[in-house]
Amino acid sequence: MTTSSLQRRRPWRPPGQLGGRRPLNDGFRRRAVVVGFLAPALIILTAFVGWPMLSALRLSFTDASGFGQETWVGLENYARVFTDSSILQAIGNTALYAVLFTPVALIAALVLALAVNSPQLPFRGFFRTTLFLPFIVSLAVAAFAWSYLLDPQIGLLNYWLQAVGIRIGNVLEDPALAMPTVVLVAVWKSFGFYMVIFLAGLQDIPKSLYEAASLDGANGWRRFTNVTFPMLSNTMAFVVVIALIAALQAFDQIYVLTGGGPYRSTQTIVMEIYQSGFKDLELGFASALSYVLLVATLLLSLVQFLFFGRRGEDTSS
Amino acid sequence: MTSTLSRAALSTPASGRRTVRRRPPRIRVTRALYFVGFLVVTAAIMLPVIIIVLTAFKPAAEVNAFPPTLTPTHWTLDNFRAIFSELPFARLIGNSFVFAGGVTLFALVFDSLAAYALARLDFRGSKVLLIVIIASLMIPFQATLIPIYQLISDLGWVNTFAGLILPRAADAFGIFFLRQFFLSLPRDLDNAARIDGASEFRVFWSVVLPNAIPALLTLGIFTFVNNWNDLLWPLVFTTESDHGTITSGLTLLTGPGGIIPQGVMMAGALIAVLPLAILFLLVQRRFIESVASSGLK
Repeated sequence: MTTSSLQRRRPWRPPGQLGGRRPLNDGFRRRAVVVGFLAPALIILTAFVGWPMLSALRLSFTDASGFGQETWVGLENYARVFTDSSILQAIGNTALYAVLFTPVALIAALVLALAVNSPQLPFRGFFRTTLFLPFIVSLAVAAFAWSYLLDPQIGLLNYWLQAVGIRIGNVLEDPALAMPTVVLVAVWKSFGFYMVIFLAGLQDIPKSLYEAASLDGANGWRRFTNVTFPMLSNTMAFVVVIALIAALQAFDQIYVLTGGGPYRSTQTIVMEIYQSGFKDLELGFASALSYVLLVATLLLSLVQFLFFGRRGEDTSS
Repeated sequence: MTSTLSRAALSTPASGRRTVRRRPPRIRVTRALYFVGFLVVTAAIMLPVIIIVLTAFKPAAEVNAFPPTLTPTHWTLDNFRAIFSELPFARLIGNSFVFAGGVTLFALVFDSLAAYALARLDFRGSKVLLIVIIASLMIPFQATLIPIYQLISDLGWVNTFAGLILPRAADAFGIFFLRQFFLSLPRDLDNAARIDGASEFRVFWSVVLPNAIPALLTLGIFTFVNNWNDLLWPLVFTTESDHGTITSGLTLLTGPGGIIPQGVMMAGALIAVLPLAILFLLVQRRFIESVASSGLK
């Protein structure tokens, strides 16, 4: 996408010109070709991304309910987002979810990536494949499996924990444990994704650095803190941002496992958008909440862009 | 990335095998312990998958028995029979294939056309367009769901495949991803065809696309899996349970206040995962590569 790559390129000439057509006709044909290639995707993206984005903004200033009349209500919906205690709770829950999910998922992913990258481990390919498997399981299906494992009466995991003296009771009915549980399901489903990104990052670290560190007498832990971790910092920063963005969108397993309860302790922003928009039909309010989600995501993306802007240009030219 | 991954994975055991014989027994024991230890960790992590598979084959009495057991004493296919006879399950599977497959097919065609224009046809405004497309990548679909629903509803497309598929028939990430790949292909390839008088579409279709099959596969798998597993989207655009996908349909019938028993639910879960698991095992290298590249490109 850089100017240098554009300048290096030979100007594009339509086939017509080679056949000796008139230049005027050429320009028209050339534009028609460009439009033909771009039109399908751009029509879809305009209709289903661009327009809805503007439409949601307009709706967020109205009391739209899906039935005809819409009245302009100014900032009322936004005022409700930031004053209604139950909505503030949903925003707080989403933040808590993100704060729990991100470090746990990333530490699990990093530890497992280091393990399956270690030359000490036989059959690394097998482990890599197996550990990635949860990523192709949908969050909804993962939620079924975990709810069965954790069932207070017939759950195997619950039974095993009791056998070693740990009583967790009914975690999904416990306001203190419901959130950690829905986070756990998400961590289980997605660590494989982050693990693979870490693996790619680990493969990019030059072997010579480790050799040099070993010559200097660095042991395994020192090699990790002085070579691996600093060399992985770019990957780490990137993964933190995408994990936070993913956490902001928490919905699936919460819908399946708790429906936002108990006592709204797992109610998140997207759960609230779904319920207020599609159950209570408060479209204006749900749109205001959507914009809060949108702005939060854009801010995180901006951080990422500032971090990786230059790198992005490098790969594209 | 995968090539380095697999090369590393292949070369270490090969060179290791030769030296292992000469290695002192202590190192072999360490390696074996490491292997066994990690096998246990992996098995623990895989417990939810294991429980899905084993419970799906358990008779109802054993599913609800206390104390719970891991493996069935009597293996049975009753759960699978039940899910097909009591639910419109075959319908849900079909819907999932049409939805995820349809989105994938449309997105690959439309994305690659647009990506080709951005990579190969220098037109005025191409840079601005690219920036707009990259910026739109950052919009979470959950934030625009309500206006999209209104639009689909106005068109009368709720509970239709058109409503499920068309909004996702093009995708900013796919356009960006394929553009990057097209840029990496040598321009001499298509210039040669152009000099021979091939039309731009012909260059795209017969020269560039065949060379982009790895990237198309990667993107296609990623799109298919994401849509197959998506819950919120089919939940919103299909209000009748037999129009849903396997993911949304199972959820409606088993979620809060669900009506089907655990064993049947696990049979459904197993069937929901199976196509993806097969796809994954067939093309796992490309699959893992697609994840790595979605992160790094």
